[in-house]
Amino acid sequence: MSAIVAFQNVSYVIGGKAILCDFSVEVEAGETLVLLGRSGSGKTTALKMVNAMMVPTSGEVWVEGKPTTAWDPIRLRRRIGYVIQDVGLFPHFTVAGNVGLVPSLEGWPPAKTKARVDDLLEQVGLPPEQFALRYPRELSGGQRQRVGVARALAADPPLLLFDEPFGALDPVTRLELQKLFIGLRRRLGKSAIFVTHDVREAMLVGSHIGLLHQGRLEVLATPSEFARATVEEAQAFLACLNANVEVI
Amino acid sequence: MPSGLLDEILNLSAEHLVLVLISISIATAIGIPTGILLTRRLAPRRWVLGFASVMQTVPSLALFGFLIPLPLIGGIGKRTAIVALVLYALLPILRNTLTGILSVDPAVRESAIAMGMTGAQLLRQVEIPLAARTILAGLRVATVTTIGTATIAAAIGGGGLGVFIFRGVASVDSTQILAGAVPAALIALFADGGLGWVERKLSPA
Repeated sequence: MSAIVAFQNVSYVIGGKAILCDFSVEVEAGETLVLLGRSGSGKTTALKMVNAMMVPTSGEVWVEGKPTTAWDPIRLRRRIGYVIQDVGLFPHFTVAGNVGLVPSLEGWPPAKTKARVDDLLEQVGLPPEQFALRYPRELSGGQRQRVGVARALAADPPLLLFDEPFGALDPVTRLELQKLFIGLRRRLGKSAIFVTHDVREAMLVGSHIGLLHQGRLEVLATPSEFARATVEEAQAFLACLNANVEVI
Repeated sequence: MPSGLLDEILNLSAEHLVLVLISISIATAIGIPTGILLTRRLAPRRWVLGFASVMQTVPSLALFGFLIPLPLIGGIGKRTAIVALVLYALLPILRNTLTGILSVDPAVRESAIAMGMTGAQLLRQVEIPLAARTILAGLRVATVTTIGTATIAAAIGGGGLGVFIFRGVASVDSTQILAGAVPAALIALFADGGLGWVERKLSPA
């Protein structure tokens, strides 16, 4: 199997409520799958199953040829970069300490970690001589999320998970980070799953878009196919692209 | 001031300090690990916190009295006094450990787990450092209160600066009362200042 991630008939039920229903999709190496949907559509739940933060009620999620339940969760997570909207940088670690977290957990020699951290900060547009020794509270929201992206890439994981990573940023900064993401993905050839509720962002960063609605996969298409999708929920999202606000 | 009184102040202050140090050490050794454990276990949390709160509400003189008839931990003397002081100091240490760790930003905890930290790494590298100030604030409250409460230990033969106070009350001698109260207050002020300084030194979260 060449897919790096494969959801196989995954369902997740909690308190009698189905969050995710019979969800199946595959992510090929080098591809970015965007999971698009409203709040509560099950997209974050699906994402968290990939790094075993959540376990399916039924079905399996395969990562690199093994179901997540067969992985040691610690090993699995260190092979997957993770970026969330609230960033979650450690406030008591410097930028360098945050970015070098997984390498130091993995026991890299300090010199190798430092070289890697400097290289990554350069790649996300934060000159290390200026930023490495700062603390997260001394950074702007956009800079913090750049550090978050660098941290996710630190141990060179083959797979990246993004959970509405740029949702809290102003539109200008958001576009900068979306471009950064696309550039990094092309350059590094990473696979990614990217959760968003922003259809514009989905069209921009995705090689495929999976549209989730009430826990079900309604559409799976490339962005250009998605633009022609006729399903009602897809239409609802596409309407956001060229919505003209009618002033009464 | 007669030199005999000064000697006695120094001796009883030392005795008082030892009483406080032993009690706080034991309360810390019990309170911090229990607090950490309670962050992982929801069910016993209410019971343990309830027990510690009830201990706080028992008037101190009564608590000392209750302990006297108990086998092993009871009786007259230092041991009983220490047991009572530990019971008093437990709540602030326990509660601050619990709230300190529970108030760590959920996003920070989530990313620590997602980065592949083990439970022990999460605790040592993230939760304890970020909760350190709150835990220490609890320790400070416990210490200052214990320095005051320990004066009552004299009522059951525990010694310390309370000896002066009880003697002064019995003989209506305010010099004796002051000889106990002033050093106790000074010790409390120094402890508060010292622990407050350490608290501020710890990296702000």
